[in-house]
Amino acid sequence: MPDGAQPVLDVRGLKTVFRTRSGEVHAVNDVSFSLQRGEVLGVVGESGSGKSVTMMSLLRLLPMPPAMIRGGEALLNGRDMLKAGPKELRAIRGGKVGFVFQDPMTSLNPVFTVGMQIMEPLRKHLGLSHDKAAARAVELLDLVGIPDARRRLGDYPHQFSGGMRQRVMIAIALACDPDVLIADEPTTALDVTIQAQILELMKDLRQKLGMAIVWITHDLGVIAGIADRVMVMYGGQVVEEAPVRDLFARPQHPYTRALLQTIPKISGPREARLKVIEGQPPILNAPPSACPFRARCEYRFDRCDAENPALRPVGAGHAVACHWQAPAAPLAAAEVSHA
Amino acid sequence: MLTYTLRRLLLAIPTLLLISLVIFLVVDLAPGSPMSEIPLTVPPEVQAKIRAALGLDAPFYVRYLLWMKQFFWTEPLYGIDNLFGTQLAGDAPRLLSYSSRAPVFRIIGERLPQTLTVIGSAYLLAIVIALPIGIYSAYRQYSWFDQIGTFISMIGFSVPTFFTGLVMILIFTVYLGWFPSIFNTSLRVTDWATFKQMLHQMTLPVVVLALYNAAEVSRYTRSSMLENLSQDYVRTARAKGMGEGTVVLKHVLRNSLIPVVTIIALGAPTIFGGAIVTEQVFKINGIGAALISAIHVNDLPVVQTIAFLTAILIVLFNLIADILYGVLDPRIRYD
Repeated sequence: MPDGAQPVLDVRGLKTVFRTRSGEVHAVNDVSFSLQRGEVLGVVGESGSGKSVTMMSLLRLLPMPPAMIRGGEALLNGRDMLKAGPKELRAIRGGKVGFVFQDPMTSLNPVFTVGMQIMEPLRKHLGLSHDKAAARAVELLDLVGIPDARRRLGDYPHQFSGGMRQRVMIAIALACDPDVLIADEPTTALDVTIQAQILELMKDLRQKLGMAIVWITHDLGVIAGIADRVMVMYGGQVVEEAPVRDLFARPQHPYTRALLQTIPKISGPREARLKVIEGQPPILNAPPSACPFRARCEYRFDRCDAENPALRPVGAGHAVACHWQAPAAPLAAAEVSHA
Repeated sequence: MLTYTLRRLLLAIPTLLLISLVIFLVVDLAPGSPMSEIPLTVPPEVQAKIRAALGLDAPFYVRYLLWMKQFFWTEPLYGIDNLFGTQLAGDAPRLLSYSSRAPVFRIIGERLPQTLTVIGSAYLLAIVIALPIGIYSAYRQYSWFDQIGTFISMIGFSVPTFFTGLVMILIFTVYLGWFPSIFNTSLRVTDWATFKQMLHQMTLPVVVLALYNAAEVSRYTRSSMLENLSQDYVRTARAKGMGEGTVVLKHVLRNSLIPVVTIIALGAPTIFGGAIVTEQVFKINGIGAALISAIHVNDLPVVQTIAFLTAILIVLFNLIADILYGVLDPRIRYD
């Protein structure tokens, strides 16, 4: 990943709101990030932090209305996806950007064969004939590790297990050799051994194909295993961004630190209760004028109520949006291991 | 699927036999007698002779078995004879109407074309109209199109056809004089002019019935589409870069049609039964009208036969609905 090269995906100032009966919900507030070729960006945060909404906004996959993109730009190879017309947008979806969703049990159409569902984008984006698309679909199923691929093209989704269906979803997302693969909690709905298999598969595919991956998850263990860089989201905004080792070694934002402490430890004395972050995530019914985490933050002081902190650099590729200065010396690692 | 179909067809036999017995008994045991239409001036001994001639003196099981034999054996033979000019039936006694002494199946054969043209085309028209309306209403939920469509289908569904029929007659026949209110059964379509005439007189009853059926089908289509439009696989199809046409008319529609096809198939036997009320309102001399007049004069063979034919069609279309279900939804396997 050469630094300074043009990023494959560059998102700036993205704002997405949902219009509801009780006013607007500001789900994504001024989110900016970039993705280098071949890089894996992990996006972490609890439910409702805006991770999925951010990524779905890029391809305008949210139901509109109620969702509305208020501003920002999303440059894919220098072209703004948010300004793409319907035709260009369709060419990007499934062509330049592949999407893998959370629940493989419901994400495939139950009444069409798996082969048909893989061949659909191949025929549309690459203009392949039926036979060529079928041949490519067999290759793709081989690639994602589905045995006996040729015969299974004619099978329906219900004839596959959950893990196998997620492999099919990945095959669909990879069909047209995308520049970016967005994986929205692809392992959350799977049991742990299958999770590990899918994770291995994705690492392997990244080696082979070299596409950039955005991996959305709330599982920090998964992030540690696959990501190069991590973006932590809270209340619809990016609160910390860092290379993966740096984030685990020197978490700066109180939220990130708290998240890391919630991971139960196998070694050490057994804890009576699992660690949790007290409180609820904020309801984002107004554009934030203060730090969204302040209600749950143990380091809260006056400025947190007055001003929403902007991202500020705290190291190489490491930025945090917090008014509080984390002490430099006492590494969070110590805190984490005590926890 | 073939095994399943054959098994279901075999299972239909005892079902239908039981239905036939129930129909026969209910109609036969009901109060009222075919003799009630005979004037009282006819002497009792003559009446007794008429009873005997109609076969009413025989015990009910003899009459039931005779009816069954005629229904399943004699009448099909006559049907074959009619079609191919053979002489299989010989001169076996036919299933006769009590009141007109005409073969029941000939009466049905005379009435069926009216019923099929009017009610059959109303049903087809309803489906052709209702599907696009239901699909578009769901796709543009809460748009003005959806609001109006939902409102009209609510009216069509909840206002009975005899009422809409009379309103239509009042407006289009009495005030405007555009369409006739009485269906001319003796009209034979032989050329363009008579065809236009037929279309002209069919319009009102077809519109009334189609409104009712279309309301039902479009409501089912709409709700089924709505349910599927919010499914995850729809988002997947969009994320693959499929156009809205493909997403809606291929991915969503195929899933949404499963319950709709069932409704359509299960409603189809009513075409045969004739929309009794609508036939009365527009004076269409169809099956429904035949059934009503047969009930009035206690013409038991006609009532029993029409009721049983309807039952057979219902069983048959239930089977068709189940098979279509399996064809449309691969998750359903009958083997």
